[in-house]
Amino acid sequence: MRLVVFGWGNDARGDDGLGPLMLARVTRAAWPDVTTVEDFQLQIEHALDLDGAEAALFVDAGKDTPAPFAFIEIGPKRGDSHTTHALAPEAVLDVYARSLRRPPPPAFTLSMRGERFELGEGLSAKAAERLEAAWAFVQGLMRQRSVEDWRRKAGAPAR
Amino acid sequence: MLNLETAQSPHKLHRVAIEPVTRVEGHGKVTILLDEENRVHQVRLHIVEFRGFEVFIRGRPYWEVPVTVQRLCGICPVSHLLAATKAMDLIAGYGPLTPTAEKLRRLLHYGQIVQSHATHFFHLASPDLLLGFESEVAKRNVIGVAAAFPDLAKRGVLTRKFGQEVIRHIAGKRIHGTGVIPGGMNKALSVADRDWMRSGIDEIVDWSREAVGLVIQLHETNPEFYKSFGESRANMMGLVDKRGALDFYHGALRARDADGGPIFDQVDYATYKSVLQEDIKNWSYMKFPHIKTLGADKGWYRVGPLARVQVCDLMPTPLAEAERRTFLNLDGGKPLHGALMYHWARMIEMLHAAEMARELLDDPDIVGTDLMADKGPRRGEAVGVIEAPRGTLFHHYRAGDDDLVTYCNLIVSTTNNNQAMNEAIRAVAARFLSGREITEGLLNHIEVAIRAYDPCLSCATHALGQMPLEVDLVDAGGGLVSRARKG
Repeated sequence: MRLVVFGWGNDARGDDGLGPLMLARVTRAAWPDVTTVEDFQLQIEHALDLDGAEAALFVDAGKDTPAPFAFIEIGPKRGDSHTTHALAPEAVLDVYARSLRRPPPPAFTLSMRGERFELGEGLSAKAAERLEAAWAFVQGLMRQRSVEDWRRKAGAPAR
Repeated sequence: MLNLETAQSPHKLHRVAIEPVTRVEGHGKVTILLDEENRVHQVRLHIVEFRGFEVFIRGRPYWEVPVTVQRLCGICPVSHLLAATKAMDLIAGYGPLTPTAEKLRRLLHYGQIVQSHATHFFHLASPDLLLGFESEVAKRNVIGVAAAFPDLAKRGVLTRKFGQEVIRHIAGKRIHGTGVIPGGMNKALSVADRDWMRSGIDEIVDWSREAVGLVIQLHETNPEFYKSFGESRANMMGLVDKRGALDFYHGALRARDADGGPIFDQVDYATYKSVLQEDIKNWSYMKFPHIKTLGADKGWYRVGPLARVQVCDLMPTPLAEAERRTFLNLDGGKPLHGALMYHWARMIEMLHAAEMARELLDDPDIVGTDLMADKGPRRGEAVGVIEAPRGTLFHHYRAGDDDLVTYCNLIVSTTNNNQAMNEAIRAVAARFLSGREITEGLLNHIEVAIRAYDPCLSCATHALGQMPLEVDLVDAGGGLVSRARKG
C-alpha cells in the first residue's frame, strides 16, 4: 500500500511539535512505499501530495482531543474559514476531490493530545508519553498496512 | 467614518459574537451590539495577536533571527524571513547586496506572493464572489460566469504549488529554509532549477491574467454591489521606489488620503516612527497604528493589495500595469475603498508578481555565484520592511555588543490594517444587519468582509481540531440568548 504521511506543526511551540516529531520517526524508519511530508500547516497544495497514494495518514497534535491519541478515518469536507492560514485534513481531501475531480484515497488522522502550545516551550511530559504510545501504535499500523486493517483499528480513541 | 465603535448605552444592547472555540490557531472574534430594535450600535473585530514573539526574540543572537522568525507565521514565513534578514543585513554590517543575491531574494518574494494570492483567491475569495450573496438574480449571474472557469480549483492548487517550488528552489526547503542569510544568500540557483521554473512561469502569467479577467466579469454582474460592499474611506500606505513604482521588496513609504491626495512620500522606512504611531485600545490585544500628523481618529490607514495598487504611480510590468489602469478608471479615477475590491487588486498583484518572476528567470544574473555583500562594522539597530502579501511588514531590532537582540518591534500587515478592517465590518454590519433578524447568511457577510482582508492571525501553531465559529447572542444582562456554531 503506497502511503503518504503528513506531519505538521511548530516545534517551537510546545506540544505543537508532536506532529513533526512523529513524522521524523516515520521518516527514519524508512518503510518501503511510504512518503513523508512535513509542513507548518496544511495547505491546498498538499492535495497534490495525495496523488498516487493508496492511503494517507495525517499526524498532528490535538487540543482537547482524546488522550493519549485518537485514530479515525476521515473524508472530504469543505473547509470554509475566515482565513487562508490553515486547512484541516478533511479540507485537503476536499481540495483534492474538487481539483482533480476524483475521490481522494482513504485517509486517517492520528491526533496526539497536547497540553501546552506556548512559544518557546518544549514538549510537555504528558505529550512525550503520548508520543511514545502513539509511536508503538504507528509501528503496529505499519506491520498491518492495509486499509481494511486500519479501518478495524479506527474509530474510538485507541488506548 | 462610521461612528459605531462605541455605543452610547452598551448595557441596553444585545451582543452577537462570532468566535472560534480554540485559541491556538489564532482567531478573530466579531462582537455586534444590537439595540432592542435589532439595530447595530457597536461592532468590534477582536484579533488575538500573539504578542509574545517580540519578547521571545530578545536575548537571542541576531544571526538566529532570520530562521527563528519563520516560526512566527506558518502561512508566510518567507515574509518574516525577508523583513528580518533585511534588518540583520545592516546589524551584521553588510553593505548593498550583490545583484545576484538581491535578485534571488526578489524571486523568492514574488514566488511567495503568487502562491499566497492564488490560495486566497481561488480557494477562499472566489466562493464568496461566486456564491456568497443573497440575491438570486446575482447568484444566477455569477454562476454563469463561474461556468466559464471550470478549472478554477485546480489552477489554484497548481499555482500555489508552483510558488512553493520557487520557494523550495531558492530557500532550500519549503519550511525552515536557510537560503537567505544576513549579507546575501548561501546557495546559488542551479541552471536546472532555473530552467524548471522558467518552463512553468508562462502558464502562471496566463492564469493570473485570466484570474483578473474573471474578477472583472464577476464585477460586471453587479458593479455597485462589489464596489460598495464593506466600503470604508481610508488613507492608504505602501512601499514605492524612487519613480513611485510599486516595489514589493524594497522602497520608501508613501501614504495617500482617501481621495488620493499626498500625505507623505519617499519616507525612509528606518524612520517609520517619525510618521507612524502605534496605539493600544483596552478591548483589543492588537496595536492600532496611525499616521502621526493626522492623529488616531483620522490617521488610520489601509495596506495590502487595495492600497498598494492605488498608492503607486505604476506597476513596472506591462500586463499588470494595463490591468491597474482599468481598475483605477472604474469610478472615474476616484480611489476605490470597497472590501471586495481587494480581490481585484490582489489578482492584479499576482499578475505583476508572475511577470516580475519571469523577468528575473530570464536574467542571467539569477544563476550567478557572487552571493555575499562586503562586510563593514556592526551596527546596533536596524529596520527591515517589505510588502508582504497582506501588506506592509515592519521588523525593527536592536542588538547589543554581545550580539544578542535587546529590542524587537514588529508591525505586521494585519496590525497596519486593524482599524481599516474594523471599519469595513462596521460598514457591512450597518448595511446588512440593522433592523433585521440575525441569520447565518447575514453573519456570513461579515466573514466575507474579514476574508477580503485575509488577516494574519497568530497562527504559528496549528493543532488538530476544527476551527469552528461560534455565534453567541447575549442579552443586555450578559445572559446567553442563543448560540450558533459553524464549521
